[in-house]
Amino acid sequence: MKKEMQLEFDANSENEALARVVIAAFMTNLDPTLDEIQDVKTAVSEAVTNAIIHGYQKKDGKVCMKARLEDTMLKIDVIDKGVGIEDVQQAMQPLYTSKPEEERSGMGFSFMEAFMDELSVESKVGEGTTVHMEKQLKKSENRLR
Amino acid sequence: MEGNTDFAIIDNYLCIRMPKEIDQHHATHIRQRADELLVDEKVKNVVFDFENTTFMDSSGIGIIIGRYRKISCFGGKVYGIHANERITRMLKTSGMHSVIEIIV
Ligand SMILES: Nc1ncnc2c1ncn2[C@@H]1O[C@H](COP(=O)(O)OP(=O)(O)OP(=O)(O)O)[C@@H](O)[C@H]1O
Ligand SMILES: [Mg+2]
Repeated sequence: MKKEMQLEFDANSENEALARVVIAAFMTNLDPTLDEIQDVKTAVSEAVTNAIIHGYQKKDGKVCMKARLEDTMLKIDVIDKGVGIEDVQQAMQPLYTSKPEEERSGMGFSFMEAFMDELSVESKVGEGTTVHMEKQLKKSENRLR
Repeated sequence: MEGNTDFAIIDNYLCIRMPKEIDQHHATHIRQRADELLVDEKVKNVVFDFENTTFMDSSGIGIIIGRYRKISCFGGKVYGIHANERITRMLKTSGMHSVIEIIV
């Protein structure tokens, strides 16, 4: 089974909730556990929030969320065309934040890593950032195929 | 949307009943209102009540760190109550145990 979706929305903090609802809905016919849904929602929320506050610096722009199900493997891309990240390795360090004055904790990437199986970040300064995440969902008897 | 966050001052505690979902969008309002109330001299400690909270991302950690910085220099403490397993785990992995006392 293969299934795909794509959602593009304004870089507005109200849309963090929208992205979470959409990804949860996209997963539902696989009958995921509550924990799996929460894991994915948290990871998506982190990536989308980063696109809005860091990528676009709270200015106008579009965030794109792409999701793909290959059997029970869920793959998600969160894409922005914002400022990009100079040093991705540094950015992904736990507790690293470029905005401590805004009370960021620097835990976004750490949570994405903790709640998903796979995390990779591609970024170019001035061009934008793509966050790729994967999660293997548990197989269940009553899942629709 | 933000309407479901409640603020109450009991003795010298500011009690914040956190909303159903804590993300960047809701965080702005919570921070602002909390800081207005922290200016009230009677407030020394802050209690975050997560009873109604089913979702939190790193924005929640930011809210806690921010309030901690504001009150700790005056000897105040930050407490977290009614946090579910997931939120407790998030607080722990972000090293918040030195900042917030989690009461179960
Ligand atoms: N989409 C992005 N565009 C540009 N910079 C980014 C992007 N995502 C992350 N960053 C950079 O990586 C850093 C670390 O991100 P991370 O999500 O781990 O922490 P944070 O967003 O600063 O804090 P928190 O997520 O805890 O609120 C950010 O401070 C920012 O500098
Ligand atoms: Mg972040």
